[in-house]
This record gives sequence, structure tokens and C-alpha cells, in this order.
Amino acid sequence: MIDPIKPPRRKNPLLRTRLPASPPRPRSRTSHGFTRAAAEGRFMLQRCEACGAFAYPAREACPSCLSPALAFADAPRQGTLLAETTARVPSDVYFRERAPWRIGLVKMVCGPTIVAHLHADCAEGAPVRMSFQLDKGGQAVAFARPEGDTPNMADDRQWREMTADPKFRRVFVTNGRSLIGQEAVVALKAAGAKTVFVGVAEPWRPFAGEDLLRRQEGVEVVTLDAADEKSAADLAADIGGKVDILVNTTEYVRAGGLLDRKGTSIARDEIDQAYLGFINLAQAFGPAMRMRGADGVNNSVAWVNILSVYALANWPAFGAYSASQAACLSLSHCLRAELRPGGIKVMNLFTGPVDIEWFQTVPPPKVAPRAIAQAIVSGLRGGLEEMYVGDVAEEIRQRLAANPKALERELDK
Amino acid sequence: MKKSQRTPYDGIVIAAPVTIPYVRYSIESAQWWIGRALGALVAQAGIKASDIDGLCVSSFTMGSDSGIGLTQHFGLCVRWLDTIPLGGASAIAGLRKAARAVQARDADIVACVAGDTNHVDSFRLTLENFSRFNQDAVYPYGAGGANASFALIARNYMRTFGVTREDVGRIAVAQRANALRNPHALMKAPLTLEQYLAARPISDPIHLFDCVMPCAGAEAFLVMREETAASLGLPAARLLSTIERHNAFADDPMQVRGGWAMDIGELYAMAGVKPDDLDIVQTYDDYPVITMMQFEDLGFCKKGEGAEFVRAHDLTIDGDFPHNTSGGQLSVGQAGAAGAYLGLVEGLRQVLGTAGPTQVSNASLGLASGFGMINYDRGLASGAAIFAGPSR
Amino acid sequence: MQSKNLLELAGAISSGAVRVVDLTFTLSPDFPVIVLPPEFGQAAPVRIQEISRYDGRGPAWYWNNVTFGEHTGTHFDAPIHWFTGKDLPNNAVDTMPAKDMIAPACVIDCSAEAAQDPDFVLTVPLVEAWESKHGRIPARQWVLLRTDWSKKGWRDYSNLRDDGAHTPGPNPAVMKWLVEERGIIGFGTETIGTDAGQAGHFEPPYPAHHFLHGAGRYGLQCLCNLDQLPATGAVIVASPLKIQNGSGSPLRVIALVGSN
Repeated sequence: MIDPIKPPRRKNPLLRTRLPASPPRPRSRTSHGFTRAAAEGRFMLQRCEACGAFAYPAREACPSCLSPALAFADAPRQGTLLAETTARVPSDVYFRERAPWRIGLVKMVCGPTIVAHLHADCAEGAPVRMSFQLDKGGQAVAFARPEGDTPNMADDRQWREMTADPKFRRVFVTNGRSLIGQEAVVALKAAGAKTVFVGVAEPWRPFAGEDLLRRQEGVEVVTLDAADEKSAADLAADIGGKVDILVNTTEYVRAGGLLDRKGTSIARDEIDQAYLGFINLAQAFGPAMRMRGADGVNNSVAWVNILSVYALANWPAFGAYSASQAACLSLSHCLRAELRPGGIKVMNLFTGPVDIEWFQTVPPPKVAPRAIAQAIVSGLRGGLEEMYVGDVAEEIRQRLAANPKALERELDK
Repeated sequence: MKKSQRTPYDGIVIAAPVTIPYVRYSIESAQWWIGRALGALVAQAGIKASDIDGLCVSSFTMGSDSGIGLTQHFGLCVRWLDTIPLGGASAIAGLRKAARAVQARDADIVACVAGDTNHVDSFRLTLENFSRFNQDAVYPYGAGGANASFALIARNYMRTFGVTREDVGRIAVAQRANALRNPHALMKAPLTLEQYLAARPISDPIHLFDCVMPCAGAEAFLVMREETAASLGLPAARLLSTIERHNAFADDPMQVRGGWAMDIGELYAMAGVKPDDLDIVQTYDDYPVITMMQFEDLGFCKKGEGAEFVRAHDLTIDGDFPHNTSGGQLSVGQAGAAGAYLGLVEGLRQVLGTAGPTQVSNASLGLASGFGMINYDRGLASGAAIFAGPSR
Repeated sequence: MQSKNLLELAGAISSGAVRVVDLTFTLSPDFPVIVLPPEFGQAAPVRIQEISRYDGRGPAWYWNNVTFGEHTGTHFDAPIHWFTGKDLPNNAVDTMPAKDMIAPACVIDCSAEAAQDPDFVLTVPLVEAWESKHGRIPARQWVLLRTDWSKKGWRDYSNLRDDGAHTPGPNPAVMKWLVEERGIIGFGTETIGTDAGQAGHFEPPYPAHHFLHGAGRYGLQCLCNLDQLPATGAVIVASPLKIQNGSGSPLRVIALVGSN
């Protein structure tokens, strides 16, 4: 059983802030099948399409029948911990700083044995459930947890290295004018965030839900117009050193594509808000977050983007908006690489049309802002990198994988 | 499919056992250490470098070099060449290949050499780049290196067979006693069982004195036909039998036995001896628990009786079961791939009667084993050789 | 006028005998802009992006790229801004006569009324009452409506409620009257827009825009420091940027105030 983590004390200004380090990163190309699984919170192993045997570690041919048809497939998570050890003097800086570090060998019900990081409540001989997690180097690692829930389970020291749990952390929700932003504030507070900063552009403009935001304990409304370079820089000067999780809830949705719009002023607003806003936020907050990746219990851990699933495939009815989202998606990969030395996760949450006024004429199903807020919390708790929220997003993902051309043609209607 | 009967090693001998004394850290390259060993081989055997027409090399730290680069580097013109990257099994595997080469007259004199340097950070780099499975699926898990991997094996083995740290410690303590007689051993302080038990943990249940100390050094020997040795006037040990096995017992969920267990019948049958006949035994002791496993798998006792065997025998030079008489890797140091050669080279000196301060009296029949390549969750390579001195 | 008189003016400005009052808000990204229903095209807000600041992007110099809509900050409305003025000659900021950029102003102080009622509207009787004190408004002069609105915090300044903005302005009758009966050159306010916040519900909607621009006259808005001007006699310098076919522009508005 794990003792709950304690709320972090204020920083001792006499102590140097520990710089982030990365666990070993090199991996074979094939082994990035696990990276994909971990990014999406799935448990996948290679499975031989010829003989059905599961294999691990990543291989190029089946060790049972030499078939090269080893596709990554969802696999049962159950296993038994055969043996454990505690590495006390690792040769690597990351682990040496975090030693003692507990690992074990798990015999999976589906066959392979897996060297895994262990949750403190795992016991030799007992069943475990396995997952792939992204470590501070952004690489997939196997993690064994007890089969059932145990008290304060998420507070496990090694587990918390893999996740971005809001508990005791300070979160910055960039846009409190949007319903998603407002729901995110509520959900993150409920998830134990110490403080939620919430950005409001043009504070002279009243907005629905404003009173609720301002009344909440532990919520600080701050002025931020993300599209304004100076506004982002000024705010970062105030709170940049205490943002552990940044949730980018920029929202600028307008219908229309190319030919039925006149000129570029709307597109410019879209780019201004979504894309340049992203850049301003990244430049203002990214460097400090990257510095603070190992800064104690409330270290900086994650950056969340809410993106339209049409970033992946253009929806002509909202064609220019789709393009602005695609630009942000591309930028998020750049940000992920640049935040990686800090161990900061960049989580992209893809949604279909949200149940807000700007998608008023779009028929259901639409995603409730609250569902997105809950997904943000569960994604952070699970340490994910990619989430698809709602039926539309999930369907687009599958159709894109099945046949991108079919999807393109069918989105044209 | 029926396995075929192996051809015996008729008249194949091993000569000129060479050890270049180890140092903890070296600023020299692996090639420097290998060159020293080749020079010592030539000097000790009284031959010219040009008499060497076969070369077999093992090293972890040669960088992008392999055996072929070394031929030009050292001015050797050979007609048989091999590079053996089998870690702790390299010496046995090299000996086997060299023996067949000279037996078939592909070569007359094969120099088998292993050497590694140890720069301040080279051990860590070796750990990081050990193998693809290690890189993908072991090293990112705490970066404990071989210590962590063997800790898992040791923990399971000890629990399964009721082995205590005291049992395992007897092996390490006996080897330290042997090492105190070896001027080249890096460990020069006596070790008591109490000290062994009180050592700091490295990766439970592996503690400090379960671990070898990485160092720099080289080892070598020559393989030739009996008549070649006779014509050179070289004392030589006859090769009686060998075995080699890789990725044995893949279905065992965890490693509790090595590949020797598959092949010992053949090992002793080919040599025409029994385990009891052996005068000295040199096991591969990267961890004492692996030595205990070898006592079982090499037929000195049954599986699960290793602890009792250790309690019942004196493993020192003057004991009833002289074992790892140089002090082994645990007390001499592990010079990379040369660690694979350490036992075999010491065993050759024993049966040739040239072991000096560590000499076991009247030793004439010896066994050396090798074990290596913890690619993922277990050591994959195993081997053993039995050899006899001129007095037998 | 002889040159020496002009030089005398310059000397008076330099010596302080003629006061120069700056009627302009600083052009900044966080200054409120007009709010239209979001489905309409929106004024681009002011954006100031550093090109370099004595750094690797330009070691010895500091400069910015600035973007904004024509109707941001303290700004000028040209006749072409409104449909009523769309067909007039020389109706844009680049073609308007330069001489229209300097003109005297009548300042009508309604700050007390506006403090009482954010929806205060200027009416003909109120202007007639002002004229009875200060004399008839001469032709080709600015009429500036002082409300002290510029002294408010920005939330109160824009004063947006769920039925729109509530800020003072002129009613339709007074705008028609000022343009047709008094021949003013333009109308200026402290609020966002020359019209009242609720002027969309007037008939015609946005009467200041409607009548001013339909007659080729100008608008000034987001002015400040009107409380430093005399009721009559100040001279306004308001020269918008010469934007090609521009409907207006942010500008520096100054007033020259004599010593009497």
C-alpha cells in the first residue's frame, strides 16, 4: 500500500532546481509499435498472423514459426510477476537520480515474458495488469500494476513518472471563454489541481459562465489574448514559473472553406488565434516548462492541445478551420520534440464537432464540452499522447486508417 | 531428425596460456591490449608472428574493428580468421572453432585472443549498446545493466531452490581466498562471509561482492596439432571434449538452468571421463549464483542441490574441489571478453603445471566453462571444454 | 494669412502660449474594439510583433511589425466607411482634402448627464441650450461630445450587456440637424463609435454614421482629454494615415488651445 503524496511545500529558493534528465531513449524502429500503443493507452504486442503466437520484445520474425507477418495487435493485459529486483546504483543519470528503482519480470497470460517497471503494490507471484506508458524520454515502456485497484494507487512514485496527474499540480487553461475551457477548469480542480489559472482575452467583454469562473476556489482568472505576443509574454512573466500543465483551449471555429468565403480576413483570424496563438503560448511558456521537468512533486509535466479531428482529414464545410487545425497538429509534433528534453508530454485530444454554438447546424452526434474536460483529466492521469474523444473522432480515425481517399470523398458532402 | 555423432579431437592441443595483467581503468585501446597478448604469445611460444596462420578474436571495445582489421594492424597474414562476439562463451567457442580448423589443416597455429580496454565510461556504453533486445526492452528499465537482469534470475533461482545468500557467498569467499595467492588479481583484501553478507545492495538480491569489477586486460592461447607443438618443443594440453549451446530451454519462463544441461552427457562421454575425475574446475563466475547453477548443470550435483554441494565442499586451491583457482572474475576482475578466457587460460596453466602460486598439486584434468550474452531475460550462450595436461 | 502669423503660431506652440492637448489613446492590443455579432467580419485587433530588439534578430535596433484594423484605437471615420457616403467624391482617407484635417471644435459637455445614464443621447434642444451659452455652432467645425467616458475602466468603457453596448451618443434628429442646419465638418466622441451603444435600434440605425458620412463629413472616436478643451476656440488636428481607399485609420489627434 502506498502513502499518499503530500502537497508540495513552497520551493526553497536556496536550492538549485534539479534539471530534467531522460531515461535511455534508443529503440529499434519496430519497437515503436509500442510507442504507438502507449500514446493511445492501448496494450499491444506483436502477434504472428500465421501461428497466432504473441511475441516480445519487438521482433522481425515469429520465434515460433519464422513468419514475418508480425502485426501489432491488442493483447490481454494479464500477467504474473515472476521476480522483481530493485536497481540501486543504475549506470544512467535519470535512474541514478531516482534510485532505488523497482523492476520485474512478468509472465504474460498470452505467452511472452516482459521486463517491466513495477508499481509498488505489485508482489511476486501475484497477478498484474500490464500497460505501455511513455516515460520521460517519450519512449514506450512496459508498466505492471496490481490487478485490482489499491489505495492511493496513482501516487506511486514510479507511476507518477509516467503520468501527468493533475493532483497537486498547477494548471493553466488558456481560454476560459470557451465552454471547453470552463469545463476543463472544473474537471481539473476536481482532479486535485492545486491552482487553475484560466486565461480570458479582452476582459472588458463579459461572457457566459464568467461569474462561476471567478467564484471558484483555487481558480485564478488571468488576462491572456494568446494571439497577442505581448499578452502571452506578460502573462508568462507572471505565472510561467508555476505552470505544471498547460491546457490549450484556444477555440476559433468558423464555417466555410475557400470559394464561398471572400478574402482572407476570417482565415487570418483563424490562423491568428489557433496557430500564432499556439506559437505565442509555446514561446512564452515552453522554455520554463522544459526547465522544470524534474522540479519535485509538482514538476512541469504536460501540454494539452484540443484539436479538431478534421486536422487529420479536411472537412470542406469547415475547410479553412480544418486547415488551421492541421497546422496546429503539425506544430504540436514540433513542440513535442522541443519539450522532450524536459520530459514534458504533449497530449493531443482530437474531437469531432463539439456541442457549442459554432457547430449549431451540424447534426449530432456532437461532443459535450464536459466529455472533453473529463478526457483531459483521464488522459493526463494515464500519461497519454493521443486521445480521440467521441464517436465522430473515433470513426474518422478508423476511416482514415482504412482508406484516406474514401474518407476524403465522403467528407465532401 | 537424428543428431549425428561428432568427430573426436584427435591430437589437438592448446599451448602458451597468456594473461596480460589487468588494470581497473586503462587509457589504452582494446587493440593495444590485444597486441600485447599477441606479442606475449609469440614470445612465450618461441615462434615468429608469421608462424601464426589462424586468428580468432573477441572484444567488446574494438569500436568498428573486427578480426580482419587486426590482421593488418598487427602485420599478420592468416589463412583462417574468426571474430567471436559471444561474451562469456567466447573462449570455449573460439577454442572449438580453432580446434576444428587445425584438425582439418585449414591452419597450423591459431592464436585465440580476447582483450578489452576499460575507459572511465566504456562500461556504461557497453551496457547501453549491448543488444537490440537489451536496448529495446531491458536497459530503459532502471538501467541496472547485467546486475538487474541477473538479479531477477538469482532471485527466482534462490527462491525456487531455497538458496540463501550465505550459500552463494561461500563461492565468492573461496574465490577471494584463491585470489590472494594470485599477484595479478585486482582484489587484494581478504573477504569473510560476514563482509560478503554486509555488503551494500546493488540490485536485490545482488550485492557488491556478487558483482565483477569491470577492468582492462587480455588473455590468449594457441591451438595447434600435437605434432606442431612437439616440433616447437611446446608444453601443451590435449583437448578432450567440448560443448556449445545457444538459446537453450527457451520455454523455461525464467532461467534456472543453462545450455550445459542439454549437453553434458556428450561432454563427458567424448572425453571419456566422469565429473569426479576432474582435478580442477573453472566456471564462468559473472555472478556466484551462476556458478552454483553450473555446478548443477555440469553434473557435479543434481538441480537444486547446488547450495548443498557448496556447503559440502572446499572450493579453494587446497580444497577438495579446487575451483576458479585464479580467484575468478569476481576477484581478479572482468576484462570484457577476456573474462571468458580467464578460466580456460588459468585451467591450462594448472594442467601444464605452470600456475605458480595458485597451482593445485598434481592437477592434470581440467574443465572450463563459459556463459554469456544476456540478450534479454537470460544468458543465451553456454559452453564447456575438458582438457588434460601432459602428465595424463 | 501672412507667413509671419503662421510663424507666430509656431512660436506660441513652442513657448506654451498655445497649449497642445493630446486627445489620443495609446494604440495597444488590449484597447477595446467595436464588438459586432461574431458572424460578421471583425476588426483585426492591434498586434505588435517585435522584429528585433537589440538582439540576434537585429543587434543595434528595435522595431516592430504592427497590424490593426482601420477602426481600432483612437480613430478617424471617412465618408466611404458608411453606405450613405459610398458614392461621394474624395470620400476615402487618401483622397479627402488635406485642409479638412485642421478645423476648430465646439465641445459640448454632457459628462454630468452621461454619468447618470449610460444610454444618454444628445438632442437638438440640448445643443440649442449649449448655443444659447456659447453661440451658434459655426459651419465647418467639429462638434465633440464630452462624456468623460474615456476616464472609465475598460469594462465600463465598453459596457457590454446581453442586449449590447450601453454608451452615450447622439440621437438621429440632432445628427441630421448638425449636418444640415449647422454644416459641421465632423462629430467626435470619447466612446467606441460616434454613435450611441444602442444606436442600432435608432431610426435610422447608427444616425451619426448615416448622416455624417452621407454628407461627406467625418467622425472621430475613442478621444480622450476632452475635459481639457474650452467649449469653443480649440483647433483640432486630425490627419489619418493615407491608406489607399481607406475607410478610416487610427491617428494622433491633437488640439491647439489658446490662452483666453
